[in-house]
Amino acid sequence: MALNSKIPQGDIDKKWSNYKGHVKLVNPANKRKLEIIVVGTGLAGASAAATLGELGYKVKVFCFQDSPRRAHSIAAQGGINAAKNYQNDGDSVYRLFYDTIKGGDYRAREANVHRLAEVSVNIIDQCVAQGVPFAREYGGYLDNRSFGGVQVKRTFYAAGQTGQQLLLGAYSALERQVALGSVKQYTRHEMLDVVEIDGKARGIIARDLITGKLERHFGHAVVLCTGGYGNVFYLSTNAMGSNVTAAWKAHKKGAFFGNPCFTQIHPTCIPVSGDHQSKLTLMSESLRNDGRIWVPKNKDEKRKANDIPEEERDYYLERRYPAFGNLVPRDVASRAAKERCDAGYGVGTTKQAVYLDFRYNLINKYGRAEASKLGIENPDEATLVKLGKEVVKEQYGNLFDMYEKITGENPYEVPMRIYPAVHYTMGGLWVDYELMTSVKGLYALGECNFSDHGANRLGASALMQGLADGYFVIPYTIGNYLADEIATKPISTDSKEFLDAEKAVADRITTLMSIKGTKSVESFHKRLGKIMWDKCGMARNEKGLTEAIAEIQALRKEFWKDVKIPGGINEFNPELDKAGRVADFLELGELMCRDALDRKESCGGHFREESQTEEGEAQRDDENFKFVSAWEYKGESEWVLNKEDLIYENIKIAARSYK
Amino acid sequence: MEHYNMNLTLKVWRQKNSNDKGGLETYQVKNISSEMSFLEMFDVLNEQLISEDKDPIAFDHDCREGICGMCSMYINGRPHGPWHATTTCQLHMRAFKDGDTIVVEPWRAKAFPVIKDLVVDRAAFDRIIQAGGYVSVNTGVTVDANATPIPKSDADKSFAAAACIGCGACVAACKNSSAMLFVSAKVSQFALLPQGQAERESRVLDMVAQMDKEGFGSCTNTGACEAECPKEISLENIARLNREFAAASLSSEE
Repeated sequence: MALNSKIPQGDIDKKWSNYKGHVKLVNPANKRKLEIIVVGTGLAGASAAATLGELGYKVKVFCFQDSPRRAHSIAAQGGINAAKNYQNDGDSVYRLFYDTIKGGDYRAREANVHRLAEVSVNIIDQCVAQGVPFAREYGGYLDNRSFGGVQVKRTFYAAGQTGQQLLLGAYSALERQVALGSVKQYTRHEMLDVVEIDGKARGIIARDLITGKLERHFGHAVVLCTGGYGNVFYLSTNAMGSNVTAAWKAHKKGAFFGNPCFTQIHPTCIPVSGDHQSKLTLMSESLRNDGRIWVPKNKDEKRKANDIPEEERDYYLERRYPAFGNLVPRDVASRAAKERCDAGYGVGTTKQAVYLDFRYNLINKYGRAEASKLGIENPDEATLVKLGKEVVKEQYGNLFDMYEKITGENPYEVPMRIYPAVHYTMGGLWVDYELMTSVKGLYALGECNFSDHGANRLGASALMQGLADGYFVIPYTIGNYLADEIATKPISTDSKEFLDAEKAVADRITTLMSIKGTKSVESFHKRLGKIMWDKCGMARNEKGLTEAIAEIQALRKEFWKDVKIPGGINEFNPELDKAGRVADFLELGELMCRDALDRKESCGGHFREESQTEEGEAQRDDENFKFVSAWEYKGESEWVLNKEDLIYENIKIAARSYK
Repeated sequence: MEHYNMNLTLKVWRQKNSNDKGGLETYQVKNISSEMSFLEMFDVLNEQLISEDKDPIAFDHDCREGICGMCSMYINGRPHGPWHATTTCQLHMRAFKDGDTIVVEPWRAKAFPVIKDLVVDRAAFDRIIQAGGYVSVNTGVTVDANATPIPKSDADKSFAAAACIGCGACVAACKNSSAMLFVSAKVSQFALLPQGQAERESRVLDMVAQMDKEGFGSCTNTGACEAECPKEISLENIARLNREFAAASLSSEE
């Protein structure tokens, strides 16, 4: 099937304004007759549902959590990018666009990314108007910090809780619409299928997680904002409930899956401590503003970190990438950590960790600045530490506290131990410029789609994309579709298509419950995660991926024969909810490995061992792989690969260097 | 930090659904690592129950990094357990020692009915926000974010109030099941910012009215909410709420 990405004509910086100037509109009276279903209430979902409600559409919004405010965007820590250039340091829309394309290793679509950079400035205005308490300087103006892969300060933040504050802003806008009656909210509900009628998405089947009852909901359009699929690895920084189910059901109903193998392994997470581990915790990238990453130069180092003298430490990021140092992009930092640990220089009991050390900046940057402010001449080290601590606490206090609670170590005193962990998925449902999937009337926003981050996302850009899609893109693009639907009367949910879809969902649940095997859902999820991490993780090769596909197929068979799910169908049953999600992960994992196998180049977070330079850097192959892989589902273990060629008209495609 | 393993006795509230009477049941868990989180210890117990063909314990949890506000266990008589300023998911087993008995109950409040076991319904909090916990601004505002400077101290105080995760520990800690700390945090966040001024009076009146309607109790200034709040939301916010409420009531035309 030919993919039409519907990129508007014209110069890159005019495309979006031209599009908005010519797009079809729906008049207010007709908006009231049009119904939209939004699934998911993270930054993309909450902002989309609120904004569409404000415009006058009849909106239904669904989340599996007990409140929309709990969606996992809440956990984003470090910040949100915007090309405001408040720091007067040379930022611009073009630079944000350029950094994002380069950061994504030239595997994202130019037009979408430029639009993202354009609307980034509106997001900050909107959030401030909502009362989001961003960090400010003493003069009362907004403060910024730096993130990886970038040489300007364009990241807005609220301590280490930026995602929380942005989500609460979007959530409050959403709750306002709920109060006004334009949005109806369904909490503790999970979407289990998309209903298609005459080739168009017309609704969903949802399950009330308290009663277990299935429900049929009609919509003139369906908008999926259901996040990423990092939990396919079992251990990730995602929330326990984060899952691929909604996106996967859409995929099986015809929505192509874009670049499924592009996963982001975040370099700074708290290392695994044992088999009991249920999730991994991120330590924000913003810490790399002030933390220096190092390992001992001596393989058999036995001393405590603070006892190792400066000349015996290897600040390997500063050594390998002098231009960006500790602020190289995530994929580069993660691979460099893995390289050091694999070579035997790792620290801690497992040797699968590196140090993230704040002492230098705590003393020299913050301690000295404070001492100078207070007029203390020749301060001793203890004074500098004391003064510096206060500043560090204000910037990252909640993260330091969290580290201490988890590890029992005080990061103000000793360096953090960190290791890469699965964090984000750049891949997702393929969408065109209007964020519509390959199914008419079915949209995907935020992390759920593949569109803006190429093969590697830059820090503080996920929040930007979620809110850009929800507040500023979908409100325009969905009108272009719905303008032709004003004559479509609401379709009865007693129609054949709805009843058939509901029956298929019910049958699958009954099948799951009737297996009555011997192994818990959790045990299958763990085994899948191990296959994915070992063979489709930070480094991949043909042999491993081929093995992984066979192993996942076998595991899936075993799951459907031997899974054990306690409890009943028509009741609150979290094990059953989890079983459905793991069953979908067991299908997705195979596709990810296929995609990784097919893409023989290395790019961004996708590192194929067969494709690297002599220095061990990722070797891209633009001649053969400058495309988006859009996989079309054809049946169990069967996919057809469609390719969207990527055209770079405004950026000269080049080898990515941070040296 | 020294790691150790422990055997524990757990007394956990089991309740089939909101109509069931419910009661405490006793379980034993063995070889629990001090490095586990409290919820990982519950994972172990649930895997054990599943292997014994028993119904696992339902409990709310999601992010497991102390920010989503979903986890909600009342542990040994304290919401979120013994550690100060810590959610249940961030509580780690080194808080306990070998041979301990731990009692785990759901949040208890009339406005938070039990759904199953340790899971309660906190939709009342959403409805309080719906009553006024927002600035009425539609998407598309064009005022530049830096047009209005906000004194850093105001912004910082507003942020400290906005850090509330809406978990409901304040209600569970309070002998009156009052939601004053939750409501005051949201009222304070906006009262301290210029963006919140236009609706300052209606917001506080409407949110307090909804709080009362949901069946939360009154505040008698015991301070238990502040002591147990995992995000250290300050009692000063309740004082501010009281001032805001009094001022709004006096100037209200109705």
